[in-house]
Amino acid sequence: MSFRTTLISLFAFACVLVLAACSPASASEVQPLVIYSGRSENLVAPIIEQFEETSGIPVEVRYGSTPELAATLLEEGQNSPADVFFAQDPGGLGAVEELLAPLPEELLSPVSKRFRDPESRWVGISGRARVIVYNTDKLSEADLPTDLEGFTDPQWKGRLGWAPTNASFQTMVTAMRVTWGEEKTREWLEGIIANEPAVFDGNSPIVAAVGAGEIDAGFVNHYYLFRFLQEEGESFAARNYFLPGGGPSSLVMVAGAGILESSDNQAAAQKFIDFMLSPVAQQYFATQTFEYPVIEGVVTHRELPPLETLNAADIDLASLSDLQGTVSLLQEVGALP
Amino acid sequence: MADRALSTLPLKIRETRRRRVSLAPFLQAPWLWAAALLVCLLIVLPIVYLMMRALGAGSGLLDVFLNPSLAATLARTAGLAAAVTFSTVLIALPLAWLTTRSDLPLRRMWTVLSVLPLVIPSYVGAYLFISFLGPRGLLAQALDGITGGKALPSLYGFSGSWLVLTLLTYPYILLSLRAAFQRLNPALEEAALSLGHTPAQVFWRVTLPQVRPALVAGGLLVALYVLREFGAVAMLRYDTFTRVIYTHYRSSFDRSTAAALSLVLVALTLLVLWLESRTRGRGSLVSPGQVPRPQKIVRLGAWRWPALLFCVLIVGSALVLPAGVLLYWLLRGLQAGEVLVPLLEAVRSSLLAGGLAALASLVAALPLATLVVRQPGWASRLAERVAYTGYALPGIVIALALVYFGANYALPLYQSLPMLVLAYVILFLSLALGALRSALLQVNPNLEEAARGLGHPPLRVFFKVTLPMIRPGILSALALVFLTAMKELPATLLLSPLGFKTLAAAVWSSVSEAYFAQAAAPALLLILVSSLPLALITLRENNA
Repeated sequence: MSFRTTLISLFAFACVLVLAACSPASASEVQPLVIYSGRSENLVAPIIEQFEETSGIPVEVRYGSTPELAATLLEEGQNSPADVFFAQDPGGLGAVEELLAPLPEELLSPVSKRFRDPESRWVGISGRARVIVYNTDKLSEADLPTDLEGFTDPQWKGRLGWAPTNASFQTMVTAMRVTWGEEKTREWLEGIIANEPAVFDGNSPIVAAVGAGEIDAGFVNHYYLFRFLQEEGESFAARNYFLPGGGPSSLVMVAGAGILESSDNQAAAQKFIDFMLSPVAQQYFATQTFEYPVIEGVVTHRELPPLETLNAADIDLASLSDLQGTVSLLQEVGALP
Repeated sequence: MADRALSTLPLKIRETRRRRVSLAPFLQAPWLWAAALLVCLLIVLPIVYLMMRALGAGSGLLDVFLNPSLAATLARTAGLAAAVTFSTVLIALPLAWLTTRSDLPLRRMWTVLSVLPLVIPSYVGAYLFISFLGPRGLLAQALDGITGGKALPSLYGFSGSWLVLTLLTYPYILLSLRAAFQRLNPALEEAALSLGHTPAQVFWRVTLPQVRPALVAGGLLVALYVLREFGAVAMLRYDTFTRVIYTHYRSSFDRSTAAALSLVLVALTLLVLWLESRTRGRGSLVSPGQVPRPQKIVRLGAWRWPALLFCVLIVGSALVLPAGVLLYWLLRGLQAGEVLVPLLEAVRSSLLAGGLAALASLVAALPLATLVVRQPGWASRLAERVAYTGYALPGIVIALALVYFGANYALPLYQSLPMLVLAYVILFLSLALGALRSALLQVNPNLEEAARGLGHPPLRVFFKVTLPMIRPGILSALALVFLTAMKELPATLLLSPLGFKTLAAAVWSSVSEAYFAQAAAPALLLILVSSLPLALITLRENNA
């Protein structure tokens, strides 16, 4: 076969492939529900599959990172094919809130007020706590301060890790600004920066670095540790520490979802949210992804302290919407480029 | 004088025309120009989008630009790009020569292996290097018995970013150079040798000038890759300009400021291209009338041992090391009871995406490359520069531009496979363009003119005369785009048809959530699957 015929046959093959891919898939009776998921496939695919089975509604998911999907939704506007936006954090949902339809009250009623948007445009699906992950070879819980302020002490110089680009970290800073005020928050940030923290790109590299002993402690979300324990075993030298100090030190946040106003599949979308808030799905998040349930009556994982013990009740997530102010502050102190 | 003798070699040097606005070239080849114009219109879409968005930015924009740290970030980015480009040349030049012109033992194997680091997504690559070489990585832990638990020197900052990006990007130059070495006319080197030059002199004075367009084209790809790079430098804690752009997208959902900053990146790209046009040399070097004969293979003799060591060192650190960490993750996870998901569908999607991207980029680049080489002038130069902007912009910018135009003006096409292929063409056109341009520069236009003079229509001349001669260039263009598209993320995630899952997407989502075993399986498959087409190409080139 000559080079030329190889090229031509390759091209013909490609055309056939494109045509095959473009032809409409076997038409099913029910219109599929389209979800843009900022939550990783590893975490949510099993429970979405379960929804398909119980509801009979076929689901198509586009996985991506929360901010990029939010930007996509903003560019798409009214023409978005998405019915539901399932986001990693309230910041992503807040960015697209003008595109979201209000959720009916009966859907939201099982969820505690502080885990949902006051205007009902989105609802929390699972909870995550901000914790300190520390290296167990170098530290014990007794060595750790009771609140975030303690980490500005010079004894932590060169021992800490943080991820200023991470959305959950930024929400924690917003909580500081709401509770402490701008001035004290700035002092805290400057105090940490003076301790020369290692800068990471996200939570999971921080946990990896703490486990390896590269740093002694880091500010993270609680559930990453359990992934490491699962893959590396109990000998992984890091554990979570839930700061007992209250306020921003004991923040509990949510990953949540909202329905696009432009969706022509509202009924199915509501069924999806309803299912995600059902005891079955909530138990899945509690058991499989080590997160906190957002409804009553679901058992949290035995390795997690129950939500009620976290001293976290005093901050309303809806008051944490000023992301822009937080980003500006982080830029001013030099934590963000 | 040997120099004088050399200058009388039958080299034909065509001066590029003076910068003059002339419409004559359009009339000579209207169809080529029409095709090139179509391609350029497509490439311009993201820039139009960026301008629209940047106009929407408020007064805060001025603060962003006046921020003194921005200039420092730009300088840091340029420094990294220059350093990486330099070191990749040092790696790729000997590798390309050894795998095309010498009797290096296991040459075919090295050919395939040395190109494969290209498919490792840089974010994942950085993660793997940190896992192994980090201050307390696997290597440091393995050495605990000797070092007493000390940390290794920091991999973070400039040095780590430089090392990791060098190891992940040198194949861009390697692929371009290999094609150029394969098309060299041995007659020139033989003539120079017969005139009393030493082999070293021949290399510097005859061989290197002939492969220089390919070297510069590859170097350009590396420099632009570093400019738009985000994932690896974020992991390795080196603030580059693209990281600033991403921060605006990710943290403040501020598309306007991000767009304005991206336009700065476009300007920076044009500057790099201008520099490239200075180093590229004026005019083209073409071999005299006859079709080049097969290459003479240089016997390495005792030099083959250092040559082998060099290959082992490069392939070992750029491919075996990351693959080793992946294998370690996989085995550790499986032992701990991790369950792997089936990946057959992802393999199919990745091959489809990479294959279509390669073919479509090749078809789109051919008319442009032909014009750039055969009708140099202001118009073709402009078209070429426009083509490169698509490669220099961060993937998320291109993806969002197509999301905007697709969802608002081409809804039936939106998030379909043809749309994804269009995105790939915008992103990777310049990869194919550089390879084809270097290949065409080595073809003597007299041969084409002779065929035309014998009454053959232009298309027939192209297929019968030009195509066989630029074959190595075409294969290297296909390989470059194929491998780069296999690891592409932002456009694939946002623009693919629903449910279209590639191996790279599976790796990315698993790594970011610390599912290491589930990341390792698709990553290893990605390397394995990519090596098959490369092996086929290598076998063909040796049969030729």
